[in-house]
Amino acid sequence: MRRVEVLGATGLAAASVLVMTAIRFVTGGPVDFAEAVILIVAIALAGFLSDRWAQRRVRAWAYRERDDDLLVRRGVMVSRLSVIPYGRMQFIDVVAGPIERAFGLATVRMHTAAASSDARIPGLTQIEAGRLRDHLAQLGEAKAAGL
Amino acid sequence: MDPAATWHRLHPLSPVIRAGRLFVGAVIVFAGTLLPGSHTTESGAITRAVIGVVVIAFGVVSWLVTRWRVEGNDLRIETGLIRRSSLRFPLPQIQAIDVVRPVLARIFGLAELRLRMGGATAGSARLAYLTASHADTVRAQLLALARGTAIQAETEESPERVLVRLPTGRLIGSLVLGSPTVTVLVMAGAIAGAAALSPRAAIGILSSSSAIAIGMVTVIWRRLNGAYNLTVAEAHDGLRVRSGLLDTTAETIPRGRVQAVRMVEPLLWRPLGWCRLEVDVAGRQHRGGENNPERRQLRAVLPVGSRQEAESLLARILPDAPRERTRPPSRARWKAPLRFHNLSWGHNERCAVTTTGRLARITSWVPLTKVQSLRLVQGPAQRGLRLATIYLDTAGYSVHAAIRDRDADEAREQLGELTVLCRAARSAQSLR
Repeated sequence: MRRVEVLGATGLAAASVLVMTAIRFVTGGPVDFAEAVILIVAIALAGFLSDRWAQRRVRAWAYRERDDDLLVRRGVMVSRLSVIPYGRMQFIDVVAGPIERAFGLATVRMHTAAASSDARIPGLTQIEAGRLRDHLAQLGEAKAAGL
Repeated sequence: MDPAATWHRLHPLSPVIRAGRLFVGAVIVFAGTLLPGSHTTESGAITRAVIGVVVIAFGVVSWLVTRWRVEGNDLRIETGLIRRSSLRFPLPQIQAIDVVRPVLARIFGLAELRLRMGGATAGSARLAYLTASHADTVRAQLLALARGTAIQAETEESPERVLVRLPTGRLIGSLVLGSPTVTVLVMAGAIAGAAALSPRAAIGILSSSSAIAIGMVTVIWRRLNGAYNLTVAEAHDGLRVRSGLLDTTAETIPRGRVQAVRMVEPLLWRPLGWCRLEVDVAGRQHRGGENNPERRQLRAVLPVGSRQEAESLLARILPDAPRERTRPPSRARWKAPLRFHNLSWGHNERCAVTTTGRLARITSWVPLTKVQSLRLVQGPAQRGLRLATIYLDTAGYSVHAAIRDRDADEAREQLGELTVLCRAARSAQSLR
């Protein structure tokens, strides 16, 4: 998912460099092929590195349903572990952007009454996301606690 | 008289007061434009008069179409001429009730009732304006309903026990030693320095900083007005905080609605042993619009006081605050050199306390029943030093309790323990 975004951005950057070069070639301006090649190679390298980075981030993202609470772990540089009791969840969103939809993925977002405890689980399959949402909502209702 | 039966209207003078507030604002705005040239034309005056009439007419219409009543456990407010809206506020979810009386309303003996609800967007219900005595009885009735007790025919004012009264002298002292004053001094120093180098630049700075100066004055005024003659009393329906010089507010925080308590000890106050005690209540306060004094986000129950006063008040608000605290490992000094000497935390089965702060020392108490979620966060620098921070998220507006820079293993262990304790606290609360 992240990977797709990264590859897309890389491809776009490389293509734009190509187009720029082509335009200059067509208009008869001075063309520096070496420059263009170096640029494209640099972009590809950056893309490769950020792809690696995205992979690590995706792998670091994990969640676990326990008896009374949900654990969400994420982050490579800054590692975060959130404990969200089911009874404290106010509502649960399932969000799917256009790219996510194209791959049949969705993000589940949990909200508590506290603004700062924003936990989300991206990159779930839509079926899994729906199941998780229903499950969490059910548990939340069973264990609801007031403010 | 049974308040549940009939629809009530607001006081007929309310549109006048609302318009009056606008008028005062308009005068302030226009005064700026009038001062330099002072070429008021007649047409300008007429336009303003017309605007005034239109505003009052709108006010009267909005008064005509607004009505409210208590339905079962809900407060219902119907308003709007073209877009009718019917608002329903479930009373058991009230977080706090304020009786706000701006200067103009006080002149006419009126008061505004404001209900603070939980939730980030639901905001607050406002009944502006009622007569002052009616506002008090309605408040008492709503609080009784919120608690689930039946309304008596005339719910009279419950007896109160005064906990703290703020002396004016100390309030002024605290304002003198407050951060706006420091800013003014720094600015004055900078201007003096600039004047020594080049007088013309100094004049430029002076004229451009006048806006900031006005801002400072309003900040100081707001604090003075907000905390003047502040009294904290304990009634059977909750904590009652009254204050105000020109605009007065009387706030009632029902028992068990306090999300967190914070004590701030600014550097400048420390030689005097002063501190500020603030409580955090769920839900956003009504902001912007008609009532500026309410823009402060935390309610200071003790704007300035000695440590003993703060501690005795704390003992009333949170009876079981933990006493012992532990300090982070000394290697945390590398990660938080300025904060380190303030960092510590402690907990018991009911409550957690954390201390932090670079210049001002900030101590936060969070009842474990109010903890919404827990987070363990470890940044790159912390990983290198084997440290981690636990955040306790509450529904409050601006107290963020964080157990900073603990040993990573200890933090993981504490996270588990706190999770268990919070669950126990929650189930104990729901049983009650």
